[in-house]
Amino acid sequence: MNAFLLALTLALASGEASTSDATATIHIKNFAFAPASLTVPAGAVVRFVNDDQEAHTVTAEDRSFDSSGLDTGNAWAYRFAKTGRYAYFCALHPYMKGAILVVTAGSKK
Amino acid sequence: MKRGDFLTHVGWTGAGIAYALTARGIVRAADDAPDGPFFVQISDSHIGFHQPANPDVASTLEATIARINALPRAPDFVIHTGDVTHLSKPEQFDTAKHILGTLKAPLITIPGEHDVLGGAAAFAAAFPPKAGNSGWFSWEAAGVHYVALVNVFDFEKMGELGNEQLSWLENDLRGLPSTRPVVVFAHVPLYALYAKWGWTTEDGAKALALLSRFDAVTVLNGHIHQVIEHQEGNIRFATANATAYPQPVPGTAAAPGPVTLQHDALLRAVGYRTVELYGGAATVRNVTLG
Repeated sequence: MNAFLLALTLALASGEASTSDATATIHIKNFAFAPASLTVPAGAVVRFVNDDQEAHTVTAEDRSFDSSGLDTGNAWAYRFAKTGRYAYFCALHPYMKGAILVVTAGSKK
Repeated sequence: MKRGDFLTHVGWTGAGIAYALTARGIVRAADDAPDGPFFVQISDSHIGFHQPANPDVASTLEATIARINALPRAPDFVIHTGDVTHLSKPEQFDTAKHILGTLKAPLITIPGEHDVLGGAAAFAAAFPPKAGNSGWFSWEAAGVHYVALVNVFDFEKMGELGNEQLSWLENDLRGLPSTRPVVVFAHVPLYALYAKWGWTTEDGAKALALLSRFDAVTVLNGHIHQVIEHQEGNIRFATANATAYPQPVPGTAAAPGPVTLQHDALLRAVGYRTVELYGGAATVRNVTLG
């Protein structure tokens, strides 16, 4: 594999990402994720912003990602490289739930 | 009626002065009865919180501790029923330890969900478990059986005790006479106080079933940042005010979370509680800073 392809692969791997790369934002407000359900193309970076006075987390049900505690006004971003449905919740308030549907880039929703 | 029932009936006034009907007639407990076991509960300090609901949670905790240290009778112990910190950060634990270290009475601390973000290791390092390594434990003092439970370790169910802890509790209570007063502490309420906001313990009923044979059980929780009392059979429940900020009365807001008040109103919503036990009956006095 040449260096360019390796760099591309690393850049597009799932994982914590820079909030400035985000193409979609989910707000956490009044103890809810908004929107609670979001569809994005593979490779997209989703930013989560806590607008509540209370702290929250963005924690995958399968634990593949976890923002840890997000204080008021804090943002956290994650790149979803692979297609699939990613269900998540708030570890401080587990009845707060959301899901990201990741579809093939360029496909219709 | 059993003697314990008499005392229970009059003891749960929350009024500060308890009158008790005993074999000697009506006595004013504070003057006439021998001192019963006496302790203080504080809860939900959220060290690290810096929002309008309380921009200085350290100072309200410090003020609370100053009041406790000045009590005319020294408590047997002070228990903090969790959410010592807001985000489980090392510097938040350091600050909390420093402030709580100014208590004159022995301190017991159990975790809330805000203390175990990313795992329980930081909490255990700051406040080493009193017995065992699991976090829950019990002890006997002055004829009272105390149990400290942990119901914040399962993030997907809040609260949850889990089968390991329930088995431990069953063994712990086995062999105790039903006349033994039992006091139970846990962060999240053990009954369904308001399940819609997560103010419940999913398997709490199993713990309450184990406790139901005792004549006088007192269950003291935090988590909801306000005083709510409740009774099921011989089990009496009381949640405590926070030292940090109040939350809404169940069902009166779209969501739980910090309620912002004027400063003097905030001081009337935060503080500590004293608990004195007579024959198993708890006299609870909720004291606020304002």
